[in-house]
Amino acid sequence: MNRIENVSRRGFLHGVLSTGAFVLGAQFVPEALYGSSPEDGAASLTSGGPAGDPVGATAFHPNVFVGLEPDGTVVIVAHRSEMGTGSRTSLPRIVADEMEADWSRVRIVQATGDAKYGDQDTDGSHSVRSFFDAMREHGATARTMLVEAAALQWNVPVGECEASPRPHVITHVPTGRTVGYGELAAAAARLPVPPKESLRFKPRSEWRYIGKDAAIFDLEDICTGKAGYGMDAHLDGMLYASIEHPPVLGGKVASLNASDALKVAGVRQTVAIDPFKPPHAFQPLGGVAVIADNTWAALQGRQKLKITWDEGANASFNSDAYRRELEQTVRQPCKVAWNVGDVDAEFARSAKTIEAGYYVPLLAHASMEPPVAVADFRDGHVEAWAPVQDPQSVQETVGKVLGIPKENVVCHVTLLGGGFGRKSKPDFVAEAAVLSKKTGKPVKVVWTREDDIQFDYYHTVAATYMKAALGANGMPTAWLQRSAFPPIGSSFELNNTYGSGGELGMGWTDTPFAIANFRAENGPAEAHVRIGWLRSVANIYHAFAVQSFAAELAHAAGRDPLDYLLALVGPDRVIDKKDLGAGYENMGADYKDYPVDTARIKRVAQLAAEQAGWGNRNLGSGQGMGVAVHRSFLTYVATVVQVEIDHQGKVQIGRVDTAVDAGTIVNPDSVRNQFEGAAVFSTSLAKYGEITATNGAIKQHNFQDYPMCRIHEAPREIHVHIVENDAPPAGVGEPGVPPFAPALCNAIFAATGKRVRELPLTRSGLV
Amino acid sequence: MIQLKVNGVRRSFDGDPEMPLMWYLRDGLGLTGTKFGCGIGVCGSCVVHQNGAAVRACMTPVKAAAGAEIVTIEALGSGFDSALHPVQKAWMAHNVPQCGYCQAGQIMQAAALLKSKPHPTDADIDQGMAGNICRCGTYQRIRAAIKAAAGEAV
Repeated sequence: MNRIENVSRRGFLHGVLSTGAFVLGAQFVPEALYGSSPEDGAASLTSGGPAGDPVGATAFHPNVFVGLEPDGTVVIVAHRSEMGTGSRTSLPRIVADEMEADWSRVRIVQATGDAKYGDQDTDGSHSVRSFFDAMREHGATARTMLVEAAALQWNVPVGECEASPRPHVITHVPTGRTVGYGELAAAAARLPVPPKESLRFKPRSEWRYIGKDAAIFDLEDICTGKAGYGMDAHLDGMLYASIEHPPVLGGKVASLNASDALKVAGVRQTVAIDPFKPPHAFQPLGGVAVIADNTWAALQGRQKLKITWDEGANASFNSDAYRRELEQTVRQPCKVAWNVGDVDAEFARSAKTIEAGYYVPLLAHASMEPPVAVADFRDGHVEAWAPVQDPQSVQETVGKVLGIPKENVVCHVTLLGGGFGRKSKPDFVAEAAVLSKKTGKPVKVVWTREDDIQFDYYHTVAATYMKAALGANGMPTAWLQRSAFPPIGSSFELNNTYGSGGELGMGWTDTPFAIANFRAENGPAEAHVRIGWLRSVANIYHAFAVQSFAAELAHAAGRDPLDYLLALVGPDRVIDKKDLGAGYENMGADYKDYPVDTARIKRVAQLAAEQAGWGNRNLGSGQGMGVAVHRSFLTYVATVVQVEIDHQGKVQIGRVDTAVDAGTIVNPDSVRNQFEGAAVFSTSLAKYGEITATNGAIKQHNFQDYPMCRIHEAPREIHVHIVENDAPPAGVGEPGVPPFAPALCNAIFAATGKRVRELPLTRSGLV
Repeated sequence: MIQLKVNGVRRSFDGDPEMPLMWYLRDGLGLTGTKFGCGIGVCGSCVVHQNGAAVRACMTPVKAAAGAEIVTIEALGSGFDSALHPVQKAWMAHNVPQCGYCQAGQIMQAAALLKSKPHPTDADIDQGMAGNICRCGTYQRIRAAIKAAAGEAV
């Protein structure tokens, strides 16, 4: 982050804050995560100046704001999207803490998409991690200036004034007199910003909000039906659209008869949307839109469209045959992603080798709010309202698709009814923009659940192959792992068939085992559907293979699976970055701040096991306990799942214990909620999650054939155990997912002796 | 013309009588607390009360609500102190929501459940709430909130 500036007079947040408000802003330059700085980053470095100066070099754009109204209201801008992970609450809590602000007097406003905010892609579980320091600096700066303003007002030394212990007032310690923040706003607005080096940050022991449970900011609005999601966006005079997409990716309309559709009351017209130009990226899929006066009429009209499709090359895609191809790929040598020692030599000399293959199918996101967007095209400009994880990507995509500068696109971010990665792909917003341009009216595009399931950017299908040589003590002397999956890159580049460093760095080239000979490989796979990222991404299939195979080896060695897992991880150590796969990205974080620390891995495994009563609990027949541990998004998570197989041979999930070490925690209750939710999300994934295609078309439609875990089948008790430490904050939205499915399958093995190597469990007769 | 009462207000509807109540509430009346989730009655995001009983508004044609009293999440708390239904209060006390999109339907379903079973067992909750999906996975808190609200809801 560049320096914070006093922007009280510069009209930022015009219309949000009054003219007398005290406002701080700064340009946030994203660190390693996305590589480059915004173009105007350099200019902003030189744009300083005395407070209140109009600042000639207007390239300065604040992006993280805190404002103080004369009435004492603190306004904090949320520039990340809220999809249920709580970042819209957590980040402002950090500001408020350092500022010694009264949380009940904080108002949060949601930022529109704009490069001036730096990275806004709410993805990768890094909102708190990437913005923790910036938020503290804003809060500390504001507090320091308020103290100074009070000292000036009282004409006393600054050192006699304090902003605590009472929030929202400055106290003159010797006399005990106080002045409220609001009364100081005007004076603070005229002060220069203190240099960062002079700021005093609160010690942890004085944190008021960080580390304390808090309700999410939108709680009451959500519970009373007032919260505004994309589905609720409304513009006067808007039309409603429902779109029939080509059933096969890359298909085109061969013929269209819309006459019956146009007879439906309320239907106004049909509009063809052009097919995308490969690679599809975030372009609309194409198809035919029915435009109507309300959603129902649009849906009714759409059912009456008569379309024949030119389906194109992807009509060759059949999931069963495709699976066999992937499984063949991983039975052959593939591209080496990470190698230590000589696996082949060790296999050749070893007396005992074990191998296994695992399979995880395509998955759909299925957020409760299907994709939806309102767009209004006027005079070469677009204004959009949408539940998106990345409003800047809306600007870029809409700009490209309509051929207008991205600066001409304004994207208002609503609350998201779930995102899970789907809503950082704004194809549906581009559809609304295209239709608004073609109809000359604001248009709301509503995807049905069927559209959502059938036209997703799917979590990829993956086959993995594992082989290990076991030494005399039962521990592996060599370990080989191969994966093949159509990569996310296939959505952005033609003929992209290998996993990227980012994908392989999610549990494949950073497997933290102490094994002398280790090789990770990756094979090619062509995509025939849109591939995207879903909550925890490549960690899902990597952790499933690695953590299942570890338990298989434990069984082969006749060892307790937990003891064996801890032995695999080996001695406490910080793994040297050069010992991980070449180019290991570590989620863009500085490796020295976030190294792979095996002590933390073992700690969460031991904690989850201890809390679950591992080894102490008397399990009856048909009952079992399984463990898995996985580091992802820089967070260490271990999960112990307990199952019982009922008299019909179906699995019932009992208690789940998850131990989490995510470093510094801002809102523990939010963290518990995320990990409770991850257990349920993962139950859906493990029991039911499977998208398949026949002749290129997706076979599933809605929740009846793409089922979700419901309350009666959710784990009966989910206990989340947070490891408290002072390490820098890491991710919490995603890392609860990867260890769950392998822990569940390890528990099923413990209960039944049956090893499940493919998901979902419906394939194994266990559901 | 179909007559019905929505949140205490008399309404006349002259559109397609087959239109699901959900779209009439949302597009016609601007009552957007009732959510579209699946359109086939299997997720519960659109639950409203029709004459006091929980119904799926996405599967209820407006004509089937003729003469009925409909209550949506926006008016659930009417008549309670602080304008919050005990179920809403319990939901807030337990910080149930994550994204929150399904929660209006969950709350409406839970309120109806408590009306018929003021002290539900776990099995009652399983049965009563199994039609409502929460993709964020807040079921444990939903269960706890229902138990907390039990006995207070009417």
